[in-house]
Amino acid sequence: EMPLNMTQGVTEISQQVYDLHMKIFYICCAIGIAVFGVMFWSIIHHRKSKGVEPAQFHESTKVELLWTAFPVLILILMAIPATQTLIAMEDTSEADITVLITGSQWKWHYKYMDHKVEYFSLLATPRQQIDNKLSKGENYLLEVDRPLVIPTGKKVRFLVTSDDVIHSWWVPAFAVKKDANPGFINEAWTRVDHPGIYRGQCAELCGKDHGFMPVVVIAKEQADFDQWIAQEAATQAAAKEAELKLLAMNMSKEELMTLGEKVYMGYCAACHQPNGMGIPGVFPALKGSKMALEDLPAHIDIVLNGKTGTSMQAFDKQLTLSEIAAVVTYERNAWDNNTGDLVQAADIAKAQSK
Amino acid sequence: MSTVTTDPHAHAEHEHHGPAKGLKRWLYTTNHKDIGTLYLLFSLLMFFIGGAMAMVIRAELFQPGLQIVEPNFFNQMTTVHGLIMVFGAVMPAFTGLANWLIPMMIGAPDMALPRMNNWSFWILPFAFSILLASLFMEGGGPSFGWTFYAPLSTTYSNDSTALFVFSVHIMGISSIMGAINVIVTIMNLRAPGMTYMKMPLFVWTWFITAYLLIAVMPVLAGVVTMVLTDKYFGTSFFDAAGGGDPVLFQHIFWFFGHPEVYIMILPAFGIISSIVPTFSRKPLFGYASMVYATSSIALLSFLVWAHHMFTTGMPVAAELFFMYCTMLIAVPTGVKVFNWVATMWRGAMTFEVPMMFSLAFIVLFTIGGFSGLMLAITPADFQYHDTYFVVAHFHYVLVTGAIFSIMAAAYYWLPKWTGHMYDETLGQWHFWCSLISVNVLFFPMHFVGLAGMPRRIPDYALQFADFNALISIGGFAFGLSQLLFVWLVVKCIKGGEKATDQVWEGAEGLEWTIASPAPYHSFTTPPEIK
Amino acid sequence: MSDKYEHYYVPEQSPWPIVGAVALFMIAFGAGNYVNEVTKDQPGYGGYLLLAGIATLIFMLVGWFRNVIDESMNGLYSKQMDRSFRQCMSWFIFSEVMFFAAFFGALFYARIIAIPWLDGAGNNASTAAVLWPAFEAAWPLLKTPGGTETQAMPWQGLPLYNTIILLISSVTLHFAHTGLEQNKRGQLKLMLGLTILLGAGFLYLQVIEYIHAYQDLGLKLDSGIYGNTFFLLTGFHGLHVTLGAVFLLVMFLRIVLKNHFTAHKHFAFQAAAWYWHFVDVVWLCLFIFVYVL
Ligand code: HEA
Ligand code: HEA
Ligand code: CUA
Ligand SMILES: [Cu+2]
Repeated sequence: EMPLNMTQGVTEISQQVYDLHMKIFYICCAIGIAVFGVMFWSIIHHRKSKGVEPAQFHESTKVELLWTAFPVLILILMAIPATQTLIAMEDTSEADITVLITGSQWKWHYKYMDHKVEYFSLLATPRQQIDNKLSKGENYLLEVDRPLVIPTGKKVRFLVTSDDVIHSWWVPAFAVKKDANPGFINEAWTRVDHPGIYRGQCAELCGKDHGFMPVVVIAKEQADFDQWIAQEAATQAAAKEAELKLLAMNMSKEELMTLGEKVYMGYCAACHQPNGMGIPGVFPALKGSKMALEDLPAHIDIVLNGKTGTSMQAFDKQLTLSEIAAVVTYERNAWDNNTGDLVQAADIAKAQSK
Repeated sequence: MSTVTTDPHAHAEHEHHGPAKGLKRWLYTTNHKDIGTLYLLFSLLMFFIGGAMAMVIRAELFQPGLQIVEPNFFNQMTTVHGLIMVFGAVMPAFTGLANWLIPMMIGAPDMALPRMNNWSFWILPFAFSILLASLFMEGGGPSFGWTFYAPLSTTYSNDSTALFVFSVHIMGISSIMGAINVIVTIMNLRAPGMTYMKMPLFVWTWFITAYLLIAVMPVLAGVVTMVLTDKYFGTSFFDAAGGGDPVLFQHIFWFFGHPEVYIMILPAFGIISSIVPTFSRKPLFGYASMVYATSSIALLSFLVWAHHMFTTGMPVAAELFFMYCTMLIAVPTGVKVFNWVATMWRGAMTFEVPMMFSLAFIVLFTIGGFSGLMLAITPADFQYHDTYFVVAHFHYVLVTGAIFSIMAAAYYWLPKWTGHMYDETLGQWHFWCSLISVNVLFFPMHFVGLAGMPRRIPDYALQFADFNALISIGGFAFGLSQLLFVWLVVKCIKGGEKATDQVWEGAEGLEWTIASPAPYHSFTTPPEIK
Repeated sequence: MSDKYEHYYVPEQSPWPIVGAVALFMIAFGAGNYVNEVTKDQPGYGGYLLLAGIATLIFMLVGWFRNVIDESMNGLYSKQMDRSFRQCMSWFIFSEVMFFAAFFGALFYARIIAIPWLDGAGNNASTAAVLWPAFEAAWPLLKTPGGTETQAMPWQGLPLYNTIILLISSVTLHFAHTGLEQNKRGQLKLMLGLTILLGAGFLYLQVIEYIHAYQDLGLKLDSGIYGNTFFLLTGFHGLHVTLGAVFLLVMFLRIVLKNHFTAHKHFAFQAAAWYWHFVDVVWLCLFIFVYVL
């Protein structure tokens, strides 16, 4: 079931915004009823078919002044609460915790500025649901693999920016919508009162998959949050260490291809397509491409560092060494590319250090 | 619609020839009526092409999931739909009306610069062919929204961008020349005694619109040029790494864009101000205040552009400034609405199709204005921005505003143009079908938007499904209703009851003093205005 | 409004506008393809189409203006028509002003807003701290946030000479005009010729300056926002000087070869003069805001 009105949300600000919205709405309704009332009265009573003679009055400075001044007063009445709410919304000072939010085509990256925790957050709805091959789940298009987690009752400051085009980070329940402008950081904040899961979407056209870039935020009690973030920090630290160890080991072709396919579908297929054919004129095909068949160093380089001036982004920070190794291996062997090349994490690390 | 010239004023030497024959007439014409007709037909064609794209959008959005088109193509449809409707349908329609009506209304023989007039028109079909052709090139056409925000339109756009940029350049040239022509005609060719404050309001509103056009179209040309150099020649106007700012793009674009939306509504105000008094059989309540209100709207329109950019992270002071200025526009616009209503008050109204469209305009445009006012409230706009609430707002002011006024104008002046009365019954059918379907189409968008559906998405969450299906049905119905209009126009050109010179009982103004159909050259000796 | 309504000339059908429309089509379509071809090093026909379009446009202008001149010489134009032309030209110049305004706007925005913000001004403390820790705001922007470096173009050398040249050219043009009005054809020819030479001189020095910028200063079109605004503003200005000079040259040829214009009727000359003065004023703004300040 769809709500018919703006959400009241779960923060003091979102409540204020809702009240403001309703207030203007009612004022407009009142003016509308008055104006249309007079109009329909004329339509019903002052019609030629009723045999009325038209009056000929016109021009009255007094009346004109009146209906200029009256709306001005109404507008002032609206402007006062609007100004107050706006000033409160833009005051990001004295935050308890800060998260750096970076949009990129077409996912969000969250980095806790006070903790050693950062990760990407991607759409979790399976492709088959979008293509109408599976029935759609309850949170169709509004679900992600790793939601942003914030504590309740604390002032959370968001630093919003982008890696490529403009995105806009929007959670209706917080009344927070801030554009993510590449090269600049915008600030916003919220203080959520109740634990819960809050969903939103990217709200600025950012290319092909703009509609597939949801935002999910989980608000947890402070204690739960502390526990979560400690655990997350530990896991990420452990992963980094494991990464280093991996450098010494070699993965088998099966392992590389399985992991590679998973990474490919998650990160690359949106543009290069699941079948590696790309979209002519927009995204290059990998199947049979010169780079994927011959030039291995260039292949690793473009995955690591991206290609400036195109939507090919740098995956250096988004993927682990073994994931990059796997996806490159996958791209060199899938779809009849069959080069037989195996790329290992160590190869990636070498390319990285150059 | 061939206008056979039995020119009542035929006594001067040269130009008393009728129209030339065949294709040459239209290609080489210097006649304001021919050119007006060309503009109007072109605009109708574009309305259908843009409308067909809207139908693609609505078909894809009929159900959740991706059924008909790829997201990339969906974005192209949205973008080109917006561009075609704004630059191809609404603006040329108004220019066509200006061409037909302004010389007749001010007692002039033609536009001031007839050859340039022809040039302004003939650029358009070429400009739009380029834009439409780009849809078929490898990688597709423009897909960055009609607002083409950088860097989506620069670094991240496809090869069609250059074609887009140059087609906008030549559209701009056309608009600027058209606007200069209007200004010069009005300033210079008014019949003796036609002082500024005696001009019909349609002329006044176009006069002001033309100033808006020459002030902002060059700015649009400037910003597309920057997009071009950013994309292809390594400049960084919109790239922070080079010291630029993507938000700069939005400032320049909206400095053009906001006045642009008034360019699409001021002539509509002029049309409604002509029609309402006619069918109320009562003079317009406040002529002078209408003129002042129009001027105020035009002036204010240069101070409100950043209300499209509240979420871009401007400093609070700027947000407040733009919020207050935007709210102020409600005041002069209100003056217009109140004046129309006061004109009807104690009139003797009849309800022919032009009047029906005008009445619908007044109600529905005002509703669009109310949602505009809500959008102006910055904190609330944070919730509305880039949702279907905005889509609802601008379709109310554009479709039930601009398009409805164009329909009203077409019905109102068709008898003068063709010499035949249109089919009233068919016209009423067209009106009622349009009125009902257009509200089924756009009214629920308010709710969908408030509930949180972003705009420019090809697929949506399940909760929005029912309403979107309803909206799409309204859309198809509205599209089909427009076929009635085409049928009616064709019928009216081909024949029908002979129209009198006056046509409408309550009509006043110079255009109603000449024959129907209007002679090829309206006034070769100027009429005397008392 | 004039109290007496003069006879108004409505021109016959004319083929020129449609030729002009086709020319613009070729230019737009050609340029659109050409830009892609050069930047991607692909072969194509875009450039040829563009050139053909420009040629067609020139052909059209020549034909169209020949018609207008003939009509004017045949006395078909009334005073009112003359006013129409004048107003048309003035509003055209106004639209040009707005075109430059867009680029000046970009310049001011970058200087007053974008660059300080990148260095943390206003509500952008985090922008500087997180994204561009090494960046320092300055104008001219000699080192961009991304690290591109360049040198500034000083105003004292060529730009100053160019300013003086253009200022003098406006004065000479003014004397040409008074010469025309007082029927001193000798003064008219001399002063107009001088103006054109000064214009050519300006363009020559501008080219030298560009070469200097590229070769010695590393100041290029892609050197960040300083180079961008520098080249686009001076470039579009240079283009306008070129057009203005051609415009004046045509007037010169009409005067010398055909003995056109009289003390009372010389709209085309006046339009060219307005255009030239406008270009001059733009340069003054440029000199102040691009070079000096
Ligand atoms: C014809 C076109 C047209 C017109 C006339 C308007 C009129 C107005 N518009 Fe609209 N607008 C658009 C076309 C138009 N708009 C378009 C195309 C967009 C979207 C662009 C895009 O992003 O793609 C847009 C978007 C848009 C936004 C940005 C929304 C967003 O993206 O977040 C805003 C915000 O302030 C806004 C405000 C207004 C206001 C205040 C008016 C006012 O002029 C309305 C004034 C009228 C009234 C208020 C009603 C009558 C008045 C009375 C009866 C008097 C008494 C009333 C009161 C005192 C309340 N518009
Ligand atoms: C004057 C301008 C104008 C007009 C008239 C319209 C008319 C219509 N618009 Fe448009 N619209 C815009 C200006 C306009 N629009 C703009 C500026 C945008 C923003 C673009 C952007 O985001 O960049 C937009 C965006 C926009 C969207 C949002 C797209 C998105 O965000 O992804 C939608 C969605 O429903 C829509 C629908 C419609 C519909 C159904 C009509 C209908 O009124 C059209 C009716 C007309 C016809 C249908 C044609 C005539 C009939 C036939 C061709 C016969 C055949 C009929 C059938 C097959 C049924 N428009
Ligand atoms: Cu990201 Cu839209
Ligand atoms: Cu606006």
